[in-house]
Amino acid sequence: MNPLALIGHTFLEFLAATGRLGHFTSRSISHCFRRPFYWSQIGRQFVDIGYFSLPVVGLTALFTGMVLALQSYSGFSRFDAESAIPTVVVLSITRELGPVMAGLMVAGRIGAAIAAELGTMRVTEQIDALTTLSTNPQKYLIAPRLIASTLVMPLLVLIADIIGVFGGFLVCVYRLKFNAANYISQSWQYLEFRDVTSGLWKAAVFGFIIALMGCFNGFNSKGGAQGVGAATTNAVVTASILILVSNYLLTGIFFSGK
Amino acid sequence: MTETAHPDHQPKIELTGVHKSFGEKKILRGVNLSIGKSESVVVIGGSGTGKSVLLKCILGILHPESGNIKIDGKDVVGVRGRAKDKHLRKFGMLFQGSALFDSLPVWQNVAFRPLQAQGMKKKEARDLAIATLGSVGLSPAVGDLYPAELSGGMQKRVALARAIAAKPEIIFFDEPTTGLDPIMSDVINELIVKCVRELGATTLTITHDMASARKIADRIAMLHEGHIIWQGPKRDIDHSGNPYVDQFIHGRAEGPIRMQVRKV
Repeated sequence: MNPLALIGHTFLEFLAATGRLGHFTSRSISHCFRRPFYWSQIGRQFVDIGYFSLPVVGLTALFTGMVLALQSYSGFSRFDAESAIPTVVVLSITRELGPVMAGLMVAGRIGAAIAAELGTMRVTEQIDALTTLSTNPQKYLIAPRLIASTLVMPLLVLIADIIGVFGGFLVCVYRLKFNAANYISQSWQYLEFRDVTSGLWKAAVFGFIIALMGCFNGFNSKGGAQGVGAATTNAVVTASILILVSNYLLTGIFFSGK
Repeated sequence: MTETAHPDHQPKIELTGVHKSFGEKKILRGVNLSIGKSESVVVIGGSGTGKSVLLKCILGILHPESGNIKIDGKDVVGVRGRAKDKHLRKFGMLFQGSALFDSLPVWQNVAFRPLQAQGMKKKEARDLAIATLGSVGLSPAVGDLYPAELSGGMQKRVALARAIAAKPEIIFFDEPTTGLDPIMSDVINELIVKCVRELGATTLTITHDMASARKIADRIAMLHEGHIIWQGPKRDIDHSGNPYVDQFIHGRAEGPIRMQVRKV
């Protein structure tokens, strides 16, 4: 094949996919704000996405906080700056690691689950069946997932922040023999309100991305078990990459000039 | 039951020159079909001739490139919003693989439309589901099971109950007997005939099971290469004088229809 044709083909395919995603996104968002609302579906997604992700997100946050304290210590102790460790831990967790680690873990857990479920529903004609039962599948399946995921991720991340900071505290106090009261007061000293809120805004965006990628790939999957497998992989990979890219962009917006 | 469309009445479903293709592949190439009120039409045809596509075009899940589809005299191609809701409310459909929602118990599957789209109370919807399950020969206890716990034949019956629960005017059956043993097939056929008669619904069935077609149909039409190549009352099927139909109903490998099997 002509290499130029290959490049052109790939580029056009990319544009088409972007267009499809844009169309899908705008329609899905509009369904989130128009009646009917399927409250029981939304509630169920809250439990699935939020509650059942707690163990995974909590463990991730705990160990991230712990390793962060150890690594900062090995660096900062070289120039007698151990007292900065509590600040470094709390800022890194709330501004960056809490939302990103939680986002990536939830992308693996929930993005994959959504894509596999919707993909299976697509190939077994359950999505067509919804249409024939006077129920808009985008409204019934996608809107509840988008709403739940976007709203529940900030809550998850808030919990992850607390557990992560606690992980750092555990390592510093029990392993590195810091004074517990000092550690806590130093954690608060330089922490600003917007360090936490910016992390929570990120979490909401990541939640939206995760559900959107799961839904988009699952809803449009084709061709049996293999198609569902491909949809699941794509959902996790695209969600993870978009989380990392949007994380940089959001950080740029929130902390411009700081 | 009627044998042909009422001449003095407008047809319930009327398709004229319906074309649908996927990319290069032309699936429907000008389908003309008219179905009278309370009539039962069976469309037969080999695998991959576009029978399912035909149903999905009428439902509005797929959009044909050209041609008209009229329900009760109203063109329904490309309807949106409220009109589409109203259009879909007339239909019930039994899917080939049953397509039951496996996250919901059986009774919520059966009463899905009344519960989700018509705002019926849970208690009332449950009673309706149990009654409908009864009419397809399933006990109330089945209502609390999940679809994955049922055998293929029972799933088909639940799917049939779901299709008829909201008493639709038009019911589509997509290969209702595929994957069932001959006895269960006959049970399903009997149920379809009984339910349709009770509801007085207009039905369109697609199948390649001739026993099923003979049992359900008032009229049979054969779809081949995107056209309806023959249609007529059920009793004429054995002397249609059409070599394609003859080959199909007798299931012969030799004949005008060439299956695409590569010679080794």
